[in-house]
Amino acid sequence: MEQLTLPKEKLPELLGEIGSKFELIGPKEENGFLAFRKINDPKEVNLDILLSRVPPKSLIFQQTETLFTYAKGKDSKIQTPKIDESVRVIFGIRPCDARGYDIIDPVFMGKKEGDYTDPFYTKKRNRSILIGLSCNEPDTNCFCTSFDDSPANSKHVDILFTDIGGTYFVEIVTEKGEDLIKNLSKIFSKATEKEGTIRKETEKTAIKAISRKMNTEGAVEKLNKMFEHEFWIEAARSCIGCGICTYLCPTCHCFDMQDESTLKLGGRVRVWDSCMYEEYTHHASGHNPRPSRMNRVRNRVYHKFNYFPKNDGIFGCTGCGRCIDYCPVNIDIIEVIDKVKEVNV
Amino acid sequence: MTDENPYQPWIAKIISIKEEASGERAIKTFRLEFQDEEVKKKFTFLPGQCIMISVFGTGESMFAISSSPTQKDYIEVSVMRYGKLTKALHLKEEGDLVGARGPYGNSFKVDEWKGKNILFLGGGIGQAPLRSVINYCKDNRKDYGKIDIVYGARTSRDLCYKDEFAEMSKKDDLSIHLSIDVEEEGWDQFVGFVPDNLKRLNPSPENTIAITCGPPIMIKFVIQNLLELDFKEDQVYTTLEMRMKCGIGICGRCNIGNLYVCKDGPVFSYDQIKDIQGDM
Repeated sequence: MEQLTLPKEKLPELLGEIGSKFELIGPKEENGFLAFRKINDPKEVNLDILLSRVPPKSLIFQQTETLFTYAKGKDSKIQTPKIDESVRVIFGIRPCDARGYDIIDPVFMGKKEGDYTDPFYTKKRNRSILIGLSCNEPDTNCFCTSFDDSPANSKHVDILFTDIGGTYFVEIVTEKGEDLIKNLSKIFSKATEKEGTIRKETEKTAIKAISRKMNTEGAVEKLNKMFEHEFWIEAARSCIGCGICTYLCPTCHCFDMQDESTLKLGGRVRVWDSCMYEEYTHHASGHNPRPSRMNRVRNRVYHKFNYFPKNDGIFGCTGCGRCIDYCPVNIDIIEVIDKVKEVNV
Repeated sequence: MTDENPYQPWIAKIISIKEEASGERAIKTFRLEFQDEEVKKKFTFLPGQCIMISVFGTGESMFAISSSPTQKDYIEVSVMRYGKLTKALHLKEEGDLVGARGPYGNSFKVDEWKGKNILFLGGGIGQAPLRSVINYCKDNRKDYGKIDIVYGARTSRDLCYKDEFAEMSKKDDLSIHLSIDVEEEGWDQFVGFVPDNLKRLNPSPENTIAITCGPPIMIKFVIQNLLELDFKEDQVYTTLEMRMKCGIGICGRCNIGNLYVCKDGPVFSYDQIKDIQGDM
């Protein structure tokens, strides 16, 4: 892995150059929150706020997207919109959010023969080059380290930037990252051994700053035994079913498909959906397999900590802490799992 | 369902519509033909598999294919008018175009069951997926042993495929045992629920596969009675139902436990689902 450095004051120059050659997406402040948006001027990039409110999953798995258009009537004609495949650079993505893509990749891109591939997700994923940014100062509810991850993990991105004070330590992780660097002017320097040591120390300090830990050991097996337990009634008691935990989750991938049309023309549009809603599983017959909050909260927890591990061998959680930060009634997924471990079965 | 876009349906023409049951719980069988010759040629499926039908402007829903794969010129779905999409579909006329993509899900193991007796236990619109298997067995009659069809509905008006049954019992070597829930003038067959009709018929489990499809409460008692008749758990098959959107295991909503009904189902043997943990 090639290791380079870039003086911090040269970042605007770098972003300017990337932006002149490719589409550049980066973190930008919007109404007091951070959001990943197209960057027109490097000055727009905000690296002071740690996490965007909506995770950058929205860049690959869009909140709304037209899957095809149609003409109604006797000459129905269906067309798939053209999906942009040109290179796009996503700058400033945090390691946990990049790991979110790794977790849902198999869902959209298939994992075994016969699985379907979602072209909308796959093409956006493939066209994106990820330049990650290590988290030097993790937030109160960060717990990526509970999943063998690190606030400076380079594994999930193409290039990783780590702020080592006045300078970025730059790791070129993948071939995609290498190709991008080759395309840019030579404003990077080779990293020295000392700078490499500082980078490692920075990571260690950041890991130490993470105070929360999710106790996932044995969670899958424990959940196997307590589906019918009354614990779930208690766990869901305060939930108001707003769905924010799912919308802001980097690994939630549920969607609805709705027709939007005039009398003659229309399209089928995919929109994010949430298992926290009553209508989500409501059959036309009136029967609903998940009629109460209890069923829906339980499904969310099981999907992340029992079904994902069973189907993909991985927890459906990155430890970003958004569902804890934004829950209006303070449901804390770390506490839920702690309580799961305490339940007597 | 094109190679590039699995969500994009093909255009299919409704070539005929048959009213199976009328009234409040109206059921129609729609015969569909793909407009594209290539698609028509390459579309193959197995009994039990499902298809997504689009009414453009309204949406799409998943249905069991009710015709048999031995019939290659068209596919059929039998649809009860119930929700938004089925109501829109019931307003369609012959010659109208709809969207169709599939086939989806697993199937009944008709190949493995060669040489066995097959016992069908259907209720109401639940007969639709069974019809596909029945016609498959009928068209490959020598491959299967004794075939019994136990089918019931609330009233004689709600029974589907009546004329087909009449024809079959005349021509093919199949035994048909119909029932309705309550007494009606002129009805000379069994009156009562399907599980009771099953008990009365008292079939032998020997070398027999039982397939049941219908309302959940019927399935529950049919399976209970089959087990009482000494059918083993792996001799009993049923299908599960959940609301679906994508049909290809991505959109998340049709899970029962860690299984997605759209791709891991809809066909399950009783021993696969008896201990399943999930909301059904």
